[in-house]
Amino acid sequence: MTSLLGYLGGEDGRNILSGLVNTCVLWVVGTLLGTVLGFLTAVARRYGPRPIDWLLKACVEVIRGTPFLVQAYLLYFGGPYLCLELGGASACLTLDPFEAGILGLTIYAGAYFSELFRAGFDAIPRGHIEAATTVGLDRWQTLRRIILPEMTMLVLPAMVNMSILLLKETAVLSIISVKELKFQVDIIGNRDYAFVEAFTILALVYWALVELCGRAGRYAEARLSRYRFAHS
Amino acid sequence: MSWELFWLLVEASGLTIVYSAVSIFFGFLLAAAICGADLSGRAAVARPARLFVSFFRGTPLLIQLLLIYYLLPKIGLNVPSEVAAVIGLSFSTASYQAEILRGGFQSVPRGVVEAADMCGLSARATFRRIRLPIAVRLTLPALTSEAIMILKSSSLISVVGVVELTTMAKDLASSTYQPLPIFASAGFIYLVINLVVAGLGLWAERSARRGHA
Repeated sequence: MTSLLGYLGGEDGRNILSGLVNTCVLWVVGTLLGTVLGFLTAVARRYGPRPIDWLLKACVEVIRGTPFLVQAYLLYFGGPYLCLELGGASACLTLDPFEAGILGLTIYAGAYFSELFRAGFDAIPRGHIEAATTVGLDRWQTLRRIILPEMTMLVLPAMVNMSILLLKETAVLSIISVKELKFQVDIIGNRDYAFVEAFTILALVYWALVELCGRAGRYAEARLSRYRFAHS
Repeated sequence: MSWELFWLLVEASGLTIVYSAVSIFFGFLLAAAICGADLSGRAAVARPARLFVSFFRGTPLLIQLLLIYYLLPKIGLNVPSEVAAVIGLSFSTASYQAEILRGGFQSVPRGVVEAADMCGLSARATFRRIRLPIAVRLTLPALTSEAIMILKSSSLISVVGVVELTTMAKDLASSTYQPLPIFASAGFIYLVINLVVAGLGLWAERSARRGHA
């Protein structure tokens, strides 16, 4: 590589930028949807009937016990064979790489987040919930006013770690041809026979993003911990 | 999907287990060295150790594997892709295991170490008889999770052309046009291996706890 800056202009620069944007979209959307899915799963397991708890537990264990790459392959290559027939009409789960990527990340993140939230629920002192019931809060109010704020404090560090893990997993999606950062830089590296340079730069970019996310997480913890002292 | 195909996957999973086990073993040795350097209190060794851990925990394993795979020949080391893959996996797990070990050693109660000191144990004996066993007991659950993590991550070495369970599943899926049952079976095999490892971890925790409060 004679001049690294040369790559930032023109066609290459646009491709790298679009890759970076796609990586960030996958990361943020996957984390947000995964948080929602994980929270719903944890609530359903806690308040729902027993069989639902068992079923969801089985799903979570399967997702946590298999590699993300295999899940991505299953969704992307297996999806079109997964058809639902209803009265003559049939619909198959045919996804383009980006859709498969978002769906895969959401399911993967949801399983891990649900375990975080489950641990968070369990860590809230029973006395707090009993106190809420005693002063006349109903189940929904207790969840919103007592459980959620307390749990946010408890699970925030683990959630930051999980979202860092997800950022790193987005690189795996390049294998099913999602056009994210690694995919785009890989193309340029292959074309110019500059593999080491391409992967070194990729590593540095991801490292910077991870450090940034870690710092933001620690800042958020420091900010939120003021509330912990105010309330305890 | 026939039993023959399933059996091919089971055979390939043996390679997954071998690569993972070798990586976890070398990763542990490297992690012990890194943890020692980090806790030594000497900046000259502690800083590089922390940088190593930060880099390998802060970058995707896929990119580490590809970087090592292309970097080794460039610096004159022409090794088979299997070796490059195991080096990548070992470095990655070493950084995670080093953090786990550091946490373990830092959680050994100070009073216990002081008590050993009072009883006249040498620094060496305190380490071998007191700090190491307690740290191992404290870190076993986290080390088991890390072993499971590496078993799952080893699926990524398929991208540098190493034959293992995921590679086999990918090849069979594209040659038989049955991706659904084949990838589901591969996932099932990973799940079984991980359940066995989790069980072994629980067994190890129980035996390490024997005779202790």
